[in-house]
Amino acid sequence: MQTQTLPIQGATCQGCANKIHTALTRVEGVDHVEVDLDHQQVQVQGEADPAALQSALQQSGYAAEETGSTCHHQASAATPSSTQQQETRLAITGATCASCVRTIEDALRGTPGVTQAEMNFADRTATVAGTASTDTLIQAVEQAGYGASLATDSDADNQDEQEQAHYRQLLRHMWLGLGLGVPLMAWGLLGGDMTVRPGQPSQWIWLGIGVLTLGVLATAGRHFFVGAWKALRNHNANMDTLIALGTGAAWLYSMAVVLVPGALPEAARHVYFEASAMIIGLINLGQALEVRARGKTSAAVKRLLDLGAKTARVVRDGKETDIPVEQVHTGDLLRVRPGEKIAVDGDVQDGESRIDESMLTGEPMPVAKAVGDRVSAGTLNEGGTLLYRATAVGRDTALSQIIALVRKAQGSKPPIGRLADQVSAVFVPTIMIIAVVAALAWYNLGPDPRLTHMLISATTVLIIACPCALGLATPMSVMVGVGKAAEHGILIRQGEALQTSSKLDTIVLDKTGTITKGKPAVTALLCAQGQQEDALLQLAASLESGSEHPLAKAILTEAENRGLSLLEASQFAALNGKGVTARLSGKRYRLGNRRWLESEGVAITLDSTPLTDNGATPLFLADDEQLLGIIGVADRIKEDSSAAIRRLKDAGLTVIMITGDIQASADAIARQAGVDEVMAEVLPEDKAEKVKALQQQGRTVAMVGDGINDAPALAQADVGFAIGTGTDVAIESAAITLMGGSLHGVADAMAISAATVRNIKQNLFGAFIYNSLGVPVAAGVLYPFTGSLLSPVIAGAAMSLSSVTVVTNASRLRLFNPGKGETR
Amino acid sequence: MTLAINLAGVLLIGLIIWWFWLSRPGAKVQAASNETTVIVEDGVYTPSVLHAKAGTPLTLHFQRKDPSPCAEQVIFHGLDSSTFLETGKTTTVTLDNPPAGEYRFTCQMQMYQGRLIVD
Repeated sequence: MQTQTLPIQGATCQGCANKIHTALTRVEGVDHVEVDLDHQQVQVQGEADPAALQSALQQSGYAAEETGSTCHHQASAATPSSTQQQETRLAITGATCASCVRTIEDALRGTPGVTQAEMNFADRTATVAGTASTDTLIQAVEQAGYGASLATDSDADNQDEQEQAHYRQLLRHMWLGLGLGVPLMAWGLLGGDMTVRPGQPSQWIWLGIGVLTLGVLATAGRHFFVGAWKALRNHNANMDTLIALGTGAAWLYSMAVVLVPGALPEAARHVYFEASAMIIGLINLGQALEVRARGKTSAAVKRLLDLGAKTARVVRDGKETDIPVEQVHTGDLLRVRPGEKIAVDGDVQDGESRIDESMLTGEPMPVAKAVGDRVSAGTLNEGGTLLYRATAVGRDTALSQIIALVRKAQGSKPPIGRLADQVSAVFVPTIMIIAVVAALAWYNLGPDPRLTHMLISATTVLIIACPCALGLATPMSVMVGVGKAAEHGILIRQGEALQTSSKLDTIVLDKTGTITKGKPAVTALLCAQGQQEDALLQLAASLESGSEHPLAKAILTEAENRGLSLLEASQFAALNGKGVTARLSGKRYRLGNRRWLESEGVAITLDSTPLTDNGATPLFLADDEQLLGIIGVADRIKEDSSAAIRRLKDAGLTVIMITGDIQASADAIARQAGVDEVMAEVLPEDKAEKVKALQQQGRTVAMVGDGINDAPALAQADVGFAIGTGTDVAIESAAITLMGGSLHGVADAMAISAATVRNIKQNLFGAFIYNSLGVPVAAGVLYPFTGSLLSPVIAGAAMSLSSVTVVTNASRLRLFNPGKGETR
Repeated sequence: MTLAINLAGVLLIGLIIWWFWLSRPGAKVQAASNETTVIVEDGVYTPSVLHAKAGTPLTLHFQRKDPSPCAEQVIFHGLDSSTFLETGKTTTVTLDNPPAGEYRFTCQMQMYQGRLIVD
């Protein structure tokens, strides 16, 4: 006998189950049928033909669109694209009671194409599996009398609320702990008797206080005990274990003193209820402060999340309506007015405007956009009105991808954190062993009251040890550092790149598009006697008017900038590797290189050396008889390249320019940019080899290039920087992506990396020192000098402060300014 | 008395070493499945040991119920995967064809600990 599991859909009540049951039991070979409404599936035992079963199900009207023995939910979630099944999460409004849940679930399950629908009343969301579109699902919920919208993962407000609620709860727990602990401690400090005297009324009072302390442990300290117990069962030990053991030991000992004081020596009849309550209060306070400080460390991601527009103005059937951005589909036509945010990624269909993309790329200047240009979600439309077609929505927008990338990198760890990781993994059990050893040492070697000393030393060791500080040291700094970089348009992919960037000694810069603008322009005009600059340019531009060559474009752009009109050309001919010729106003003109014109018998009467010395390519213009002038065309360096290169050199780096250009032009650009070395005439495919050769010399090399042509070299380098990618963040060859085009981004990235690594070192140093000094002191190594043991209450305060200090130090990085003191 | 206390101490140390380092949790082992829900609550992942088949994508739905910041990230060591988990929500982590081996997954501070066994 075999069991077949068939998915069903639309079965919501026992009546449906009966129908399915009847339909299937009629099929030959079926022995037993069990309908599972919760999971929308039916199990059939027997030897029935699967096709017959499916047919019976279809006739009953409850067949799911897919068949198979695989659990439907699993199949859809694992391979959503291959089966066109998808899981949609809806945010539900108007659901006030548990019975609403059933109504909403029924409404969703009754929608064609839905295979499974479950509502989570706690967070007011419904998860729906199937092929139904989001709009259909929303309509179904709305028809049932409730509101629905697509739930987003970037629901920052809700997250903030949860964080606030957690913060308030921690504060309540703190007051509970301190409310009992502070008066008790004050009583002890003011000379009150903290010992139990058998048979005296004070014994009953202490018993009452013991019960109150148990109440504090069971409420304000409950999460420590539950966490410790669950971890223990899993053979794990964590911070909760230490706190639960420390406070639990103090309470148990004190209760033993209260209940059976006679069993203990008189000097050991001291109670420590105040320590248990105070520690619980202080640690809750520490956690509350940590929640606050942590909020600041993720400010960068919150800022990115806030960039997203909430609504979009969609143009459908000629009408414009504002709809929630979650309801925009790819292909929708959207309008954005001046001062509004771009809602989703798209292509401009109509209009012209300037868009502020600084929030994504770090580039301060707005970018002109016209028909055919790409616009990105989250950027700000400054000037005109644009009509654009959505090309990416939701998680596919550049903004969402940037957020995802930043979050992923924030969780990665540079190698510097590995030691702390290794220590963290064995930390808590080691501290527990140290606590036992300390207690035994006091029992065997210490003075009386030995039992009291045992308890205090062991409890204090458990409480003072802080795995949090150690565990948080690296990730907190990485989180802030990576976020800080993102604010400057720098996307760091791995934590490792942070560390490597901080110890680079050589940086190789690709010339075209990295140091230079990557677009040639007219840089000089030399006129023969009797010739005018504008006339010369007009002739040259007219000759080149039909050409797509970059040099021709440079001349045409310059002519356009000067407002020159073009002459009509006839008999145009382009001679490969030589130049162009055409007739203008009845006369033949030629524009090309020196060798060609010389071979045509034109005397070169002007000196072109000043042009070539500056890295320009000279183009010679001649009529039928003589040379009229020379036009210098060069790829100019970006305005801020030399300043950025100076910053890199000041940081102690050797700056090398790499290019396919001939040595003379390369040298000219190198002089202007101020680089240390030049690698000229390097074929694109050889760039990676050159980087490798530098690495073989023992150098730590960064490569900066465009991310596509330079991909092998970027991958070969210790750190690859892809520059000027705009909002195209899918450059995987580079460890660091600079969305802006300025080389200052490289200097900024390195400054941020250095600051982050410095911050990690401070945190790690602090955490290691704290633990390696705190634990021995708690164990009592200073007793021979001070004559007293560290109080567990002070240990609790120190422990709370240590993790807050780490988080606060990391959030200090937010104030770091990478360009500080530099001319920008 | 002295002997008994010292013996108890030594036994306790032995117990700590054995329980936390030498023995491995046998219970709560998730059956081999390439789609599993993991609950993040009270300092532990449930289940804390995951088995998966090599060569197929692994989909894990993390339900974070613990609002404390400790639980906010899950990091798969050696698989270059780190994900932020939102409180009260299910976050899906997909691992593309993880190679066979044993990987640790933890929170940032390694207080939450789990093992992923791919075979």
